[in-house]
Amino acid sequence: MGDLLSNLSLGFGVALSLQNLFLAFLGCLVGTLIGVLPGVGPIATIAMLLPITFGFDPTGALIMLAGIYYGAQYGGSTTAILVNIPGEATSVVTALDGHEMARQGRAGVALGIAAIGSFFAGTVATLVIAALGAPLTKLALIFGPTEYFSLMVMGLVFAVVLARGSILKAIAMILVGVLLSTVGLDLETGEERMTFGLPFLSDGIDFAVLAMGIFGIAEIMRNLDHTEHRDVVRQAIGRLLPNKEDFKQSYKPVMRGTLIGAILGILPGNGAVLGPFASYTLEKKIAKDPRRFGRGAIEGVAGPESANNAGAQTSFIPLLTLGIPPNAVMALMVGAMTIHGIIPGPQVMTKNPTLFWGMIASMWVGNLMLLVINLPMIGLWVRLLKVPYRLLFPAILMFCCIGIYSINSLPTDVMFIALFGLVGYTLIKFGFEPAPMLLGFVLGKLMEENLRRALILSRGSLETFIERPVSAGLLAVAALLLIVALLPSIRKGRDEVFTE
Amino acid sequence: MKKIALALAAVAGLAATGAQAQNYPSRPITMIVPFAAGGPTDVVARIVSDHMSRTLGQQIVIENVAGAGGTTGITRAAQSQPDGYTIMMGHMGTHGAAPALYPNLKYDPTKDFAPIGLAAGTPIVIVAKKDFPATDLKGFLEYLKTNGEKVNMAHAGVGSVSHSTGIFFNSVVKAKPTMVAYRGTGPALNDLMANTVDFMTDQIVNVAPQIQGGNIKAFAIATPERSPVLPNVPTTKEAGLEGYEVSAWNAVFAPKGTPADVVKKLNDALVKSLDDENTRKRLSDLGGVIPTAAERTPESLQKLVESEVARWTPVLKAAGATAE
Repeated sequence: MGDLLSNLSLGFGVALSLQNLFLAFLGCLVGTLIGVLPGVGPIATIAMLLPITFGFDPTGALIMLAGIYYGAQYGGSTTAILVNIPGEATSVVTALDGHEMARQGRAGVALGIAAIGSFFAGTVATLVIAALGAPLTKLALIFGPTEYFSLMVMGLVFAVVLARGSILKAIAMILVGVLLSTVGLDLETGEERMTFGLPFLSDGIDFAVLAMGIFGIAEIMRNLDHTEHRDVVRQAIGRLLPNKEDFKQSYKPVMRGTLIGAILGILPGNGAVLGPFASYTLEKKIAKDPRRFGRGAIEGVAGPESANNAGAQTSFIPLLTLGIPPNAVMALMVGAMTIHGIIPGPQVMTKNPTLFWGMIASMWVGNLMLLVINLPMIGLWVRLLKVPYRLLFPAILMFCCIGIYSINSLPTDVMFIALFGLVGYTLIKFGFEPAPMLLGFVLGKLMEENLRRALILSRGSLETFIERPVSAGLLAVAALLLIVALLPSIRKGRDEVFTE
Repeated sequence: MKKIALALAAVAGLAATGAQAQNYPSRPITMIVPFAAGGPTDVVARIVSDHMSRTLGQQIVIENVAGAGGTTGITRAAQSQPDGYTIMMGHMGTHGAAPALYPNLKYDPTKDFAPIGLAAGTPIVIVAKKDFPATDLKGFLEYLKTNGEKVNMAHAGVGSVSHSTGIFFNSVVKAKPTMVAYRGTGPALNDLMANTVDFMTDQIVNVAPQIQGGNIKAFAIATPERSPVLPNVPTTKEAGLEGYEVSAWNAVFAPKGTPADVVKKLNDALVKSLDDENTRKRLSDLGGVIPTAAERTPESLQKLVESEVARWTPVLKAAGATAE
């Protein structure tokens, strides 16, 4: 405990220096901005800003880059809520109820609770990293291919539970998502699958392309379809700060979301994407009236947003303690560290204690700054959206195109968002939800790869999934969840059939 | 009259191109890195180009065009204007292993480029899980022989450095371990540290921190000399293994047809960068081997590419590895 305090005071000593405070602020501001702009994601921004950081000392540079990352998480929720474009896999869920709240004129409250929940989650996650970072590393090592496959199965069950409306349509969408994820080079053999010999398909479909197409572009088309009905812009913004009633509904989801997000964030292979989904599912399951979800329930914003931010921060644990990046942004941070002459790995904590603890302390400082930047800015963001839609949508479209191009510099990616936009629009028209498809896409790839890896390692024996305790436990939870979920849904499905 | 006009135009044209080359570079230069930002090739490109920009007096802008084992970016760079304003950072995979891995490759590494020079060599290290029964390379090779397919070898996906060098290793020591594919080095290392898989071969920059931290063990480094980053790890030759010396080298190329004086200017800038204290320190901290003066010329790079294509093609074809 004494150690922790002295380490943290060392960290705050570093983080509170004038230069580092400024860099943290700059990072958070840039992060929020690019998070708000649809399309321009943290990966592209960090890659572009990397050369600028050469002039700073490594600690300052990393503090700024980390600020961009969690700043983008904050800003990303803003776009998900106001424009219904989830910039990251983690804000897909926020769009569901957050955007619905915005349509009902409660955009301010949704943004407010997202910011407050994120701040709480960020504070807790900072403490978790500081106190338990090293021992928690073991958790990442328990998760081998077998456990990971079972976790993904659980994730897909979440996706079913998450769906609103017809469960049959939801399952169909999940399967389409899983199928889309199999496009590209087969990892084990190197054979091309479903690429039709087209070179740009050989690496598969990019998540950002799919998400921006079926959510972003399709949403724009739908809005142009019937502007008068949906314009968020014409709605009253409503209060910015949540009232007592809102807080009462939200504080428990925030705490549960933080816990779930923090745990899943540590897992290798982008476990953090599951956090918001898991939190949303849990809130929906334990809610007194689950039908409110998808219709603007504040719990559906508070829980996932907290999970999202907690996971974003605990995903630094494998990077800081092992030097192993759990996702693409962290891989970029590894690059940033090596360019600055710090080789990420288990020895960073002992060799560069000022960097290690300075970065942890700066996370909390950054979260505080984000709260300060964001709460007063909510009014500004909302006012930005008061711009008439006929002027706003070309700007959004342009940012989507620039953003998607900046990720891989591929013109085909820009064409693909148009194609997926059309697909998404058609799906919405036929009453299919795009969210389960996106989740199936994200989880499908991880699930297939880990299934095959696990089976290669067990030499083809399926028993491996039951023999290993963690894997068996996860599968049991998945089975239980599926039974609980299916029973009422099937009944509801019947009701719907009868009413038609 | 017409003739004179033509002649004038021709002279003017010549003068223009001459002037262009003389003034080169008059605007920022794009260096295409065919991998995602933050990877080993990207890091080498950024370190080396930093000092090159200062020599050339123009900023070298890194553009990451990732995909298909680096061949997407190299294809695009090979097809760009050969004016010296688009150059690229190729490596062992894109300019050595690719012709064997990608039958529909749109470029020929030996013919379609104007080589600038070798930037850095990244040694390959043979690493195994911490609990592996053997303690040295000899014991490890024996274990491989007796246990055959029971041993699990990890790699970072077909076409990756760890995959190509791993197949080469297996062909040299005549081992047949079960290959387990991962998407990238990170997850593969994670499972190696968790004792889920048994061994792999990978670039020193990726594995050195885990070796130093005691999370995995190293049997040998596949270079003629030991690395200052891992002074206790013997070379393959020292450990008794002949014929396994590989390096994931990185080198700067321009598209074919780039004027000779532009190539010379770029090569000069590269050589100066490699002589710079700061560049050298940053590269060696990563375990990179800085090429000697003789290895930095465009001619020796051309030879290296030819020998690498000749080396990788039969090995990879024999293993039946294609990425298409």
